[in-house]
Order: sequence, then structure tokens, then C-alpha cells
Amino acid sequence: MIRKCKDAVLLALIYLSSFFTVLLLACIILYVFAKGFPVLSASFLTTVSSALKGTVGIAGNIVNTLYIVIITLLIAAPIGIGSAIWMNEYAGRSRWVRLIEFTTETLAGIPSIIFGLFGMVFFGRTLRLGYSILTGAMTLTLMVLPLITRNTQEALKAVPDSYRSGAIGMGAAKWYMIRTILLPSAMPGIVTGVILAVGRIVGESAALLFTAGSGYLLPRPGIMGLFRKIMEPGGTLTIQLYLSMSKAQYDVAFGIAAVLLCLVLIINFLTKIVAGRLDVTSGS
Amino acid sequence: MAEAVFTICAFFTVLAVVSITLYMFANGLPAIFKVGIREILFSTVWKPAADEPSYGILYVILTSVTGTFLAVLIGVPAALLTAVFLVEIAPAKLAAVVGPAVELLAGIPSVIYGLLGLMLLNPLMYRWEKALFRGSDTHQFTGGANLLSAVLVLAIMILPTVINISASALRAVPAQLKASSLALGASHMQTIFRVLIPAAKPGIITAVVLGVGRAIGEAMAISLVSGSSVNVPLPFNSVRFLTTAIVAEMGYAGGVHRQVLFTIGLVLFLFIMIVNVVLNGILKKGAQKND
Repeated sequence: MIRKCKDAVLLALIYLSSFFTVLLLACIILYVFAKGFPVLSASFLTTVSSALKGTVGIAGNIVNTLYIVIITLLIAAPIGIGSAIWMNEYAGRSRWVRLIEFTTETLAGIPSIIFGLFGMVFFGRTLRLGYSILTGAMTLTLMVLPLITRNTQEALKAVPDSYRSGAIGMGAAKWYMIRTILLPSAMPGIVTGVILAVGRIVGESAALLFTAGSGYLLPRPGIMGLFRKIMEPGGTLTIQLYLSMSKAQYDVAFGIAAVLLCLVLIINFLTKIVAGRLDVTSGS
Repeated sequence: MAEAVFTICAFFTVLAVVSITLYMFANGLPAIFKVGIREILFSTVWKPAADEPSYGILYVILTSVTGTFLAVLIGVPAALLTAVFLVEIAPAKLAAVVGPAVELLAGIPSVIYGLLGLMLLNPLMYRWEKALFRGSDTHQFTGGANLLSAVLVLAIMILPTVINISASALRAVPAQLKASSLALGASHMQTIFRVLIPAAKPGIITAVVLGVGRAIGEAMAISLVSGSSVNVPLPFNSVRFLTTAIVAEMGYAGGVHRQVLFTIGLVLFLFIMIVNVVLNGILKKGAQKND
């Protein structure tokens, strides 16, 4: 009898915890959307905040976020994928692979504020890049590298060995085999890693505060303006959200939060779709 | 040729970790030599801008330790029970709701948790504070930005990490253990709490350690929620964590003050390295057991 009571209490606690988790998510989404959607408007999304014109907008921050996502991926994706290829296809099970796996784990565990400090002194001061989008992107490269490396590595591990021996047996050179057989088969896994990295970058703030800074203006017109922007400071959506929040501009903060939450939902959905095609051996 | 390029890519992470370590020490140590290790680590007075500045960060360290401990204390049981629900209890339809919800929680940017903490938790805390300390003339009122708010935000933020990793640990428990326990007449609950959870212990400990790492390193979510003065870590005090001290003051600090902020960064870095070493130890032990 006592045991039955105990069991019932435990089961109730289990249900309660899970219910709480789901309720929490539902409340967060509903609250942010309820407070944020009324703020969203065409001018909020397409203009820059300006006291002169009397506009409040986050267009500059959206552009900055895009810049940082693209530049970070341009640097991090080749390095991460290359690293995974070396570990899985060239190095065998050597001591070096264990060392690299260990450092990758370590890098994944370092808090973003430490990346921010390092990026500020190394990229900002030692390399003299100052507060700029490039400094921010390089800092974030270090942060998302483990994510891309590990996902690529898992994807390569999942490619059956028969694919490799088949290609080599037909006389393909190793690099040719990797390029034409392995990478296409591993593509869903690699893309999943990249999408997860985009999610990390979009949501990151502590590593960017002291590296990319807090500009909110659009790039100057012309091609040169687009390139010059890379060397200028630029705050992403999260940074602007933080700054608005500390200045008690809660309307703007909730507007940005709603935009960010939409992005998170989209990224989550994309990961699901891509990850659904992960098994290379099944059918088409 | 291709191999050479890939090798360089692979050793990039080694280079990154080594340079981060070197830079953290190179920037964190000067203040220790200048101010003295005892004045920094064991003094409780933080007055970096005073005429006779004092750079004691003991309260900041204690706040991070206490805050992380309390967040884990609250977050881990809830997370473990949710993991049990996902793996053992939930019918497929419910698991299909709870699983994705956990993933989404993990994806929400930390500034949003901070915003919600500021808008929802702080007013609630302020009401409690007014009720609790009515008539007290020693308590400094904080408007709700206190340790407790930060702890709750952190507890929520570590949920996804702990749930996911404990769930995979529970899934990896051999099916015959569960079958034998049930066959011996144990109830489902007894099997879960006496057989499955003990069998999944290394994985669950890993989950907790990762949760600790996540909580101690979080900055933006709690930087406004936790208040802004260096204080004894009591639930209703306005406090500074290692991370929030850096976020709040790095923007304007100069000279020794700035160097001390890097020392705070170094302390945080060392905490994380300890967490990593512990984690590695657990994983190795687990690997040996399975051999």
C-alpha cells in the first residue's frame, strides 16, 4: 500500500516536471510574441533608429547579423569540415586525433564571455582589427568550430566503408573519392552542423559585446561601402536587444525578441528537415 | 596536397585552445602581481573607482559558486525527471511534444531569457522582498534584481543540457536490466529509481557537470537580472557574478581596474578548466568500465 502511494507520488512528480518544461516554453513563446508583435511593423524592420527622422528601426542590426553569420561561416565551415576529414579519413586512430578531439571538447566548453575577452585582446588589439564585424566573426569562428567539426565527423563516420573501398577499388584517388563520394553522402550531417552554427551565431551576445561592438547603421551606399562595413563596428540583433533592455526601451527589446524567436523557430524547423535525410544508405 | 591542408585545419583547434589559455594568463596575471593575490582573491571590498581603490573579488567568486550550486540544485531534479518521462513514461504522442519543446528551449538566445527574467521575475521578487523585509532598516532594497532571480533563470537555462544528456544515458541502459528488475516483481517506479538511474549514473553525472559549466559561464541572461552591486550571496541581495562583473564594467574600465577584470576572466577560465578535467575523468572511467 505504502509502495503504491510512493509510486503514485513519483509518477506525479515526473509528469509535473515534464509538464512544467512544456508550459515554460509555451509561456515564453506566447509572452514574447504577445509583447513583440504589436511593435513589429514595416518601418521597424526596414529603417534605422534616428532621432532626426523620428524613426525606430532595426534594419542595421539585421544587416549586421547577416554579415556576421556569413563571414563566420565562410571561415569556420572550411576549417571545421577540413578538420573532420583529416581526423576521419587520413589520421587513423592516432594520438593526434585524441588530442584534437580533446581540444575540440575543451573549446566547446569555454563560455562565450571568455571568447569575447580573447577576441577583444587578440583580434581587436594584437591584430589591430579594433571593434569590427570582422573581429566579431573571427571570435565566433572559434566558438562554432566544435559544432561543425563534430557534426561533420559524425556524418563521415556514418558513411559505410563499402563506399570507400568501392571507390578506391575502381581506381579513384583519395581526394577524388572524398570529394565525389564521401562529402555528398555526408552532406545532410554537414548541413545540420552548419545550421546549428547559424543558430548559435544568431543567439550569441556575450562574445560579441566587446568584439563587434554596437553600431546600428546600414552600410554606406556602393560596393565599397558594403566591403568597408566589414571593418566597422556593428551590433547584431541580440546586442541591440541587450542595449535596448539596459536603456529600459522595452518595446524595442520585445520587438527584437519576437524577430529572434521567429528565427530560432525557422532554424529549428530547417534542422529537422535536413536531419530527416541523414541516413545516406536509405533509398534515394 | 589535400592532406596537408586538412592537417592544418585539424590543428587549428589545438592552436586556438593554446592561444586562448596563454592570452587568459598573460592578461589575468599582471593584476595579481600588481595588487597582490590575497588582496584580490580573499578581500571582500570591491571599490575599483575609489581614491584608494580596492579590488577584492571574494564575494564575486562566492556568488558564482553559490548561484551555480543553487541553480543545479533546482534544475537537475526537474531535468532528470523530465528525462525519465521522455525515455520511460511518455506515450509516443506526448514524447513528440516534450522532446521538440526541450530542443526549442535550448535554442532560445540567452538575452531573451534575460529580458523575461527582468520583466517577469524581478517584479515578483520585488513583491516578495517588500513583504519579507518590511520595516527592516538593514536590508538594501533591490527592486527585485537579486541572486534568487538569477538562480531561477540559470536553473531554467541548464534544463535542456541536463535533460538531453541524461535521456541518452537512460536510453543506453541495457534492456535486460529493466526486464530482470520487472521480472523480479519490482514496480515500474522502483525499476526506474533503483535500477535504471543507478545504471545510467556516469551519463547523468556528465549531464550535471555540463550543466554546471553552462551555469557558471552564462553572462548575458543574468547580467541585468542579478542586480549590480558586489554583495554577500544571499537570496535577496543584489549581486555580481564573475561573468556579469566583466560584462558590466569592461566597457568603461581602464588601468588596473581593467586588468583585474581580466583576472576575474582568468578565475572563470580556471573554473571551466576544472569542470573539463572532471568531465574527462568521468568519461574515461565510463569508457574503462565498458571495456
